[in-house]
Amino acid sequence: MNKPTLYILFLMILALIILTLLKTQGVSYELTEKIETRHEITKVAASSYVRKGQHRPIFKSEDIANIGFIIGSSCVAVIDTGASYNEGLRLLETIRELTATPICYVINTHAHPDHMLGNKAFQAADVTFIGHHKLAQSLALVGDFFLQRLRASEYATAQDTKIIFPDKAVSGTLELDLGDRKLQLTAHATAHTAADLSIYDPKDDVLWLGDLLFLEHVPALDGSLLGWIAELEDLQDKQMTTVIPGHGAVNKAWPQAGHGLLRYLRVLRDETREWIAAGGDIEGAHEHVGLSERGLWQQFDDFHKRNVISAYAELEWE
Amino acid sequence: MRSLHFMLIVSFVLGSNAFSSDDAWQSHLKSDYFGASEIIEDESIMTIDGPVRAENGAIVPIQLHAQIAQSEAFYIKTVTLLIDDNPDPLAGIFHFTPLSGKADLALRVRLNSYSNVRVIAETSDGKLHMSKRFIKASGGCSAPVGTDLEAAFKRIGKMKFKVSPEVEPQQSKKLQIAISHPNVTGMQMNQQTRLYEPAHYVRKVRITFNDDVIFSAETGISISENPNFRFYFAAQQPGDLIAHVQDSKGLEFTETLNL
Repeated sequence: MNKPTLYILFLMILALIILTLLKTQGVSYELTEKIETRHEITKVAASSYVRKGQHRPIFKSEDIANIGFIIGSSCVAVIDTGASYNEGLRLLETIRELTATPICYVINTHAHPDHMLGNKAFQAADVTFIGHHKLAQSLALVGDFFLQRLRASEYATAQDTKIIFPDKAVSGTLELDLGDRKLQLTAHATAHTAADLSIYDPKDDVLWLGDLLFLEHVPALDGSLLGWIAELEDLQDKQMTTVIPGHGAVNKAWPQAGHGLLRYLRVLRDETREWIAAGGDIEGAHEHVGLSERGLWQQFDDFHKRNVISAYAELEWE
Repeated sequence: MRSLHFMLIVSFVLGSNAFSSDDAWQSHLKSDYFGASEIIEDESIMTIDGPVRAENGAIVPIQLHAQIAQSEAFYIKTVTLLIDDNPDPLAGIFHFTPLSGKADLALRVRLNSYSNVRVIAETSDGKLHMSKRFIKASGGCSAPVGTDLEAAFKRIGKMKFKVSPEVEPQQSKKLQIAISHPNVTGMQMNQQTRLYEPAHYVRKVRITFNDDVIFSAETGISISENPNFRFYFAAQQPGDLIAHVQDSKGLEFTETLNL
């Protein structure tokens, strides 16, 4: 073989390796598309749009969570609304730039401030707010605390932000008709939080997991470690073209996209159990648990310590 | 560069808020809880340890370390734990005896915001000694309360003991008691009437060993869900360790351990 042929062969092998790597990383081949609107928005499937969040600390910045919407033939469903009234307004403006279809539903995936504090921007007579059957209780318990924190921040619109409670509660599953498609909403057992709701669009084969899925950004545990692992394990035999996490990349396929999170949670579980069994105290646990995961996640030091404390408090009752 | 300057200014402003302030203590906390009594600020009797930042506002581990051994002649009698900026600053009042061996205590508290956490130890001669620590609250999702009341109520009153022998002080044991209780604060605003949760928290804890009280406490809503206390006691002979717990609704729970 002459030199150019060898070179081409080398390039082909390289391309094959990259493709295989991409496949195992769960990258779907349809590339997401940036749309020209005033505020940034990414089209992730035929009718699904995500305003991608940045990995930044809450109450110091907005635009943290992935929030978005699905445009049906007769209805738009909004999925999460952001960290403030202002962020909600920007999402509303984006929707209005793209479609005149009425917004029928605002779905909250859970009660965390970066996902639901923009609700008020969508408050109108014909909009139904939907959440997990435990969402209202969660909001009643922590909503005021989040508002206080927000009002102590520098946001210009903090004063206008309000907690909006769900009009409709989901227990088990619920079907939402958007005209050309029926969304399937599932209320999960306590996992990331006590009130996690996922949304599946069968037409585009897109699953919105909210914070049941974290990519890149270290997971935040605010519900049940064992419950979260169980929910993710249950979902493992499903296959989806695209899955939308609450934080991180929006072009991944399921179940591959869940592998990193599942690994983190299992390490957290196993090493916390070992630490408790060895007679270790809660205050020292973070110096021993999950250290192999540092370097694999962004914001690791902001959340890992509290995850270990939560894990310890849960597992000491086993 | 402009944004860098802005960031520097913002972090300076945020940082300056983070300085500990004794305002609440001077203006009312001291007189509310201790009247005109003299309080010596020193660390010769007891020190307080905890995280620099409260990573999880619902569960902030705090450790109180006695600097003296408990003896009949001189011992730490009562320890008051205050969290200046919590809605109810009085986290708890804890009573020790010479049988405690060492008046150390580890517990978990809720923290609403940046706050001084202070411990006032009363020794058997009636003197009051105070030490304090400033703790920053952090993390947006770290609400000081949990969100799953249903789960918390399922296990109410269940208790767990963990006993481990200690080398120091001689012949004392380290005891940890975990009490399953939601410790509902009652501070959550009633957003929808039907969701109102009245306060329901552990108010009294009393631990006896062969009928001698070795530790007792009156506690408030600043104690984390599933209250957990770790302390020492001197036990020379076998016997029954009994925990008596009473909550704010008058529910009583007991648990016995044969040692």
